[in-house]
Amino acid sequence: MRVSFKLFATLTDLLPPEREGNVVVLDVEEGTCVQDLIDRFRVPPKSAHLVLVNGVFVPPGARAGRRLMDQDELAVWPPIAGG
Amino acid sequence: MGWNRKVLRVNLTTGTCSTEPLNMAWADKYLGSRGLATKYFVEEVDPKVDPLSPENKMIMTTGPLTGTMASTGGRYSVVTKGPLTGAIACSNSGGFFGAELKFAGWDQIIFEGKSPKPVYLYLENDKAELRDAGHLWGKTCWETEETIKHELHDPQVRVSSIGRAGENLVRFACIVNDLHRAAGRSGVGAVMGSKNLKAVALRGTKGVSGIKDFKEFMKVTAEKKKVLADNAVTGQGLPKYGTQVLMNVINEIGALPTRNHRDVQFEEASKISAEAMHEKRPTDGKAHLVTNAACFGCTIACGRISEIDKGHFTVQNNPKYWGASGGLEYEAAWALGAANGVGDLEALQYANLLCNEDGMDPISFGATVGAVMELYDLGILTAEAIGVDSPFGSAAALARMAEMTARGEGFGKELGEGSARLCAKYGRPDLSMSVKGQEFPAYDSRGIQGMGLTYATSNRGACHLRSYTVASEVLGIPVKTDPLATEGKPELVKAFQDATGVFDAAGICVFTSFAWTLADIQPQIQAACEGDWSLEKLNEVGERIWNLERQFNLAAGFTAKDDTLPPRLLKEPAKTGPAKGLVNGLDKMLPEYYQVRGWTPEGVPTEETLARLAL
Repeated sequence: MRVSFKLFATLTDLLPPEREGNVVVLDVEEGTCVQDLIDRFRVPPKSAHLVLVNGVFVPPGARAGRRLMDQDELAVWPPIAGG
Repeated sequence: MGWNRKVLRVNLTTGTCSTEPLNMAWADKYLGSRGLATKYFVEEVDPKVDPLSPENKMIMTTGPLTGTMASTGGRYSVVTKGPLTGAIACSNSGGFFGAELKFAGWDQIIFEGKSPKPVYLYLENDKAELRDAGHLWGKTCWETEETIKHELHDPQVRVSSIGRAGENLVRFACIVNDLHRAAGRSGVGAVMGSKNLKAVALRGTKGVSGIKDFKEFMKVTAEKKKVLADNAVTGQGLPKYGTQVLMNVINEIGALPTRNHRDVQFEEASKISAEAMHEKRPTDGKAHLVTNAACFGCTIACGRISEIDKGHFTVQNNPKYWGASGGLEYEAAWALGAANGVGDLEALQYANLLCNEDGMDPISFGATVGAVMELYDLGILTAEAIGVDSPFGSAAALARMAEMTARGEGFGKELGEGSARLCAKYGRPDLSMSVKGQEFPAYDSRGIQGMGLTYATSNRGACHLRSYTVASEVLGIPVKTDPLATEGKPELVKAFQDATGVFDAAGICVFTSFAWTLADIQPQIQAACEGDWSLEKLNEVGERIWNLERQFNLAAGFTAKDDTLPPRLLKEPAKTGPAKGLVNGLDKMLPEYYQVRGWTPEGVPTEETLARLAL
């Protein structure tokens, strides 16, 4: 299945060179979970602060068990703020 | 003491300046800046006053931590009755002006009356004098600051001024200091213009004295700076990416108001984001962002300094805009960009430069452009009437409207009235995305429910800086709450509103609240100021400020009916994203909010609440 993986702000450089902006499109196996991709791209645990699947927050305790579906968009931010 | 105990009163009608002691009984109840100046204002000004009349007053004010070693202690506020809203206005600015006012030995300046001719106030320590500003009238903020420094032979003078927008009484004109910091919202610059007051120039060489326990103050401010430095947001995220880092996340959660709130996600958000500011342009190989910048005493340094593409159509024949200058910040990038469907980063920076140069609030200006583009889209306004083809997404229209509004030309005069008056004039008041006449900032309340209550109840009209529940609902600060839920939001909004009042009153930047709580501010105030400043007392100060502002607005004629949102947000569901199908649930939150506040079902503070807060 195919998912979009997005890393932002200080995590941007963890994406591979073929990234388009802050996004890479990945072919992943069925059953791949949110935490699997976070680990695969070596996002430091403290930096995986805001984790969204299709815009909806996934709390830390649910990430290991949250399976991704085809066409899902997984986006990760370190702690950020503005205003 | 953290206060200088000295107030300058400037009667512009008679051209006289006088000194009076700061009311320390009020300082004990309202702390300073936003709180203390609002107390002065409500005691001295009829709530029904026409904001642009000589009877309105304007107070430039500092807090007890302004000018001190406390991190971000450089803030000052402008308190008046706002011409955009008719409500109490308090606009806050960073830069270096506020600290300089303290260094000159003053806590605040009260301006009253109207000068018969353009003047500026020159304040050098104890010496205050009104000087002719005939030669400055018609100049931009940038020209004014440069001219004053030149004629005073002092490059270290700090200047706050209005540009042509303030002179032309643009209802969202701001007061600009240090070239690109501004007391931005509610039209405080128009009040200054109505008084024929072009600028205030300060030179203070006294430093800050009288800190109650200097040794303890140095110790605790150093400790609290470390808290900011060690925090991932204030120590890393904000310095590197600035506030604009929010663009992608707010878009992702489906709360980025787009095309006058028709949509909640902008397909070109990534092009106008903080990440895009770091990318090299294909045209000249340079990144838009040059460096970050800090205001006085700030250890965060979120400010952006950028350089526009010299070949861009907006500036290719205008070298004066080619140098590095302020922006873009998140709110400006949103209001000038997504709100109008414009994804051209250079065009946004150009419009932002014009806002800084001539003193306009980019939020209200950008949102008014969005309303005009919708009126154009509906065929209610034509290219002939506006002076430019104005479809959503047109960078050329954005640039032209910025020029017209800044200079007071043609249709720019109508834009300068703000979206509420403009949309009402053309028979579609429902298309103004505003509360109490002030335009929304960059968060759609269908996707962030608590912000709907924040906007509806904000004492200065729609505003994110009165209760930034985005911190909790989206960013997880201090704890993560569900942005799509209404449950618990009345308590959350009240807590943010009251706490923000204390940050503002202290004279520090509200961005410290991403790492600090009131418990971090309390020991700094306790060490600086005489008296007992417990956490309980500070909480009470925040609540007292909120209720004082509310009382002023009620006396000015506002009622619970004004605590609402435009029909679009209450009736038109979000089309995409996590909030798809949702409207804002204000009807569920507002009655409970009134209860939590200790107000009647009509939104009026009860006698018991007023007595509890000693109001």
